[in-house]
Amino acid sequence: MTMIDERRQLSYIAAQAADARVNVELETEGMTLNIGPQHPATHGTLRIIARLDGEQVVWAEPSAGYMHRGYEKLTEVRTFPQVTALVNRIDWLGSFANEVPFILAAEQLMGIEAPPRAQHIRTILFELSRIANVSLFLGDLGVQLGAITPVFMAFRDREYVLNLIEAATGGRFHPNFDRIGGLKDDLPKGWLEDTKASMHKLRTFCDEIEDLLFGNEIFQSRTRGVGIIPKEVALQYGLSGANLRASGVDWDLRRDRSLPMAWDKVDWKVWTHPDGDCFARCWIRLQEVREATKIVDQLCDTVPSGAVMAKVPRIIKVPEGEAWVSTENPLGEMGYYVVSKGDTGPFRVKIRSASFNNISITPWLLKGVLVPDIITILASLYFILGDIDR
Amino acid sequence: MPAFPQKPEVPGLIKGLGVTARTAIRTLFPNRGIKSLIPAPSIGANTVQYPHTKEAPPVRARGVIALREDNCTACMLCVRSCPDWCIYIEGHKDLAPPRRAGGKPRSVNKLDRFDIDYALCMYCGICVEVCPFDALFWSPEFEYSEPHIADLLHDKYKLGEWMETVPEAPELEVGADKKGKK
Amino acid sequence: MSAVFAADIPYWGQSLLRALGGAVAVLLPAGTIVYVFLFKLMSFMQSRLGPMEAGPYGSMQLFAEVGKWLQKEDLYPDRADRFLFKSAPLVVLLSTFMLVVAVPFGPDAIFTNFDNGVLYVLAVSSISVLGILMAGWASANKYSLLGGLRAAGQLIAYELPMVLAVVGVVIQAGTMNMQTIVVKQNAGSIFGWDGIGNPYILTQFVGFLVFMIAVQAELTQAPFDMPIAESELVAGYMTEYSGFRFLIFFIAEFATAGVFSLLASTMFLGGWGLPWSWFNWGSLDEVHNVMNVVGPLIMVTKMMLVAFIIMWARFSYPRFREDQLQKFAWKFLIPVALGNIAVTSILKVAF
Repeated sequence: MTMIDERRQLSYIAAQAADARVNVELETEGMTLNIGPQHPATHGTLRIIARLDGEQVVWAEPSAGYMHRGYEKLTEVRTFPQVTALVNRIDWLGSFANEVPFILAAEQLMGIEAPPRAQHIRTILFELSRIANVSLFLGDLGVQLGAITPVFMAFRDREYVLNLIEAATGGRFHPNFDRIGGLKDDLPKGWLEDTKASMHKLRTFCDEIEDLLFGNEIFQSRTRGVGIIPKEVALQYGLSGANLRASGVDWDLRRDRSLPMAWDKVDWKVWTHPDGDCFARCWIRLQEVREATKIVDQLCDTVPSGAVMAKVPRIIKVPEGEAWVSTENPLGEMGYYVVSKGDTGPFRVKIRSASFNNISITPWLLKGVLVPDIITILASLYFILGDIDR
Repeated sequence: MPAFPQKPEVPGLIKGLGVTARTAIRTLFPNRGIKSLIPAPSIGANTVQYPHTKEAPPVRARGVIALREDNCTACMLCVRSCPDWCIYIEGHKDLAPPRRAGGKPRSVNKLDRFDIDYALCMYCGICVEVCPFDALFWSPEFEYSEPHIADLLHDKYKLGEWMETVPEAPELEVGADKKGKK
Repeated sequence: MSAVFAADIPYWGQSLLRALGGAVAVLLPAGTIVYVFLFKLMSFMQSRLGPMEAGPYGSMQLFAEVGKWLQKEDLYPDRADRFLFKSAPLVVLLSTFMLVVAVPFGPDAIFTNFDNGVLYVLAVSSISVLGILMAGWASANKYSLLGGLRAAGQLIAYELPMVLAVVGVVIQAGTMNMQTIVVKQNAGSIFGWDGIGNPYILTQFVGFLVFMIAVQAELTQAPFDMPIAESELVAGYMTEYSGFRFLIFFIAEFATAGVFSLLASTMFLGGWGLPWSWFNWGSLDEVHNVMNVVGPLIMVTKMMLVAFIIMWARFSYPRFREDQLQKFAWKFLIPVALGNIAVTSILKVAF
């Protein structure tokens, strides 16, 4: 598998260098542009300080922390059930996926495992939150690139998924459904059939987005060959998730890590793309939504019967120890390093969120691009501010 | 090597126009048969005109917390488990008449104050879950926004009124093991 | 109009009528386009209803919006160049009004019958660039400046393909008079068959396409909306505007869309006329006076058709990058337009 179109990358860099030389000769004066913290393109409060030469970025740096909520500190003064309610505010578009690794870490410390039915439903909800998250990305991508219609289509069809999550858990955005040892409750009647019907709609949505956006020549000219991340650089900067797979690294924690979840029971595919450019990242995510609908479809057929809750004491005290669990969240690898001192709450929790690492590549990536490409690259890297700042 | 999207036969620009046109036609003419010629965007659109038509939230939707005052013993479990401490309870011990004639009067906890500050509440549902006496319930009611933030503090009478809107717990999916509690 | 009312209306009355007619010709298309396309069609394309509360089916929404904008404070940045900042929207709107002057709406319903109407129209349409550049520069805002400069570069780049696309029409018609172009289209015939006249969209289809693309860019509509790219430059040159100055920009944007649609329908779709073979009209003088009323209606219909195409593309496409847009203009549109001119002139000589 060829990793990257090297010639294209080199000519791109050479062109940038030639431009830079001309600029040195002409002694143009730079301009500092503050993109954010309040800016329509940053969907949140990410600030990007960019030094411009004309429309070309000479130097850029993201400045995170405008929405820091101190979750790692908060977890130290909350009990385990309370922390579950907190952490699903980290990546607010795929909330359920945030709860899972934390719960798994706590379960690992307590030495219990959720019953198979709970594992199945967990996986379904996990993938549903992935669909909810990434389908909004597909719409938002259009807005970032100037197309207004995709975002409404995304909101329209994401609604089906949110309704499902709400019907099962009670919360549209913040389910808080996962418990140590299983799930809060079983599914309501008819939910699995509704889910399968909605998955069909989501696949239609993917086709529509593909016709409307991905097949569009303008979109391709905006994204192909822009913001290329070679495989080595992606690994060095610790990218994860679709950003890494778009650079040709075949790495998916759902497949590679054995967790008490149901991904290994169904048939699905990890997509990679050799290009590493913006188009590759967007395209990988589109395929991920499709794969997620497939996973949900298959899981809905094979939900085992039984309890959804293992035997756990009413007041949860996690024994002393340390555990690290990370899962493949919609944005990338999300993990919790939980240290417990045998109390009702964790002693310390380190949260590894995907977006923080994913945007750390921006200073490298934004060098030499044009102002419109900043937006394309940021959109394709796909971060959620809550996930960066925690 | 995965199959990457090849250059489509129809130019993507025209396909894109097709998608928007199809959506517009689907929205404008949702009906079938003879009625399909009459534009009916109100049916075809995926949105509802909120104050006029309302979408019913699912039974489990966490809209507002209702309080059955008789069941509450002011045990303070919900107050302690609330992640942002938005529940305020005050109570006192009271003597209730004895169960059997001639017995000793029972000592019960009477509720003086039960307030939930919905301006702080983050709708996690932990209080409803921990309540050992089935005094708290979720209601899918969602229309209680207020112009003044102080009015979002619901006292026990207001929380008691929400009890009327609490639905029956839904039936569980096939293969479920236990009966649903709430 | 002059011929209809010349007998009994005094000179000042005629002037007043013309001014009123101009305002109607600019504002009515703008309002219609905003309501029908921006509010309603866009909503339907996105599976929603759009405004529904103000008036039946939200038809009064635009008045509500105007009322809202008029109430807002007329803000200007501290370090703005105040005179330029305040006059920029007016300059943009002015160009729209100047454009509509040359558009014929009927045999006599024309504000001014220029001999060089096409030239005038193309020249005047670039005035709006000045206004946009003024707005971008005077706002004392980096986003506005970038937007203004982008707009200037873009509008200059697309002025040329537009002119070249129209040259084909001018060659075929043999005149630059807009009225005569309409007459030629309706009186003409295709290979001897005069059933539908000879609308130049048939013979000048390439020119029409180039013209429409250039119009799209000239109007800064998606996919060429970099000057106001809201995800990159907040709102480009309009970032600092509020209240009624923003309203003027807004009206000007859609009024210009309307006027350019009128121009396209005049030059490519046969304008106000019906094929003259239907009524056995021989020349402009024989055209029935009713056409002064029917003509504007036909024009509005055609305008809506052309505006529909503009808006449809706007709602469907993502936007280009600035350098891609320039490449597209200079490396594709202009050669195509030049080729079109060459072919047209060869065929003109041949037939």
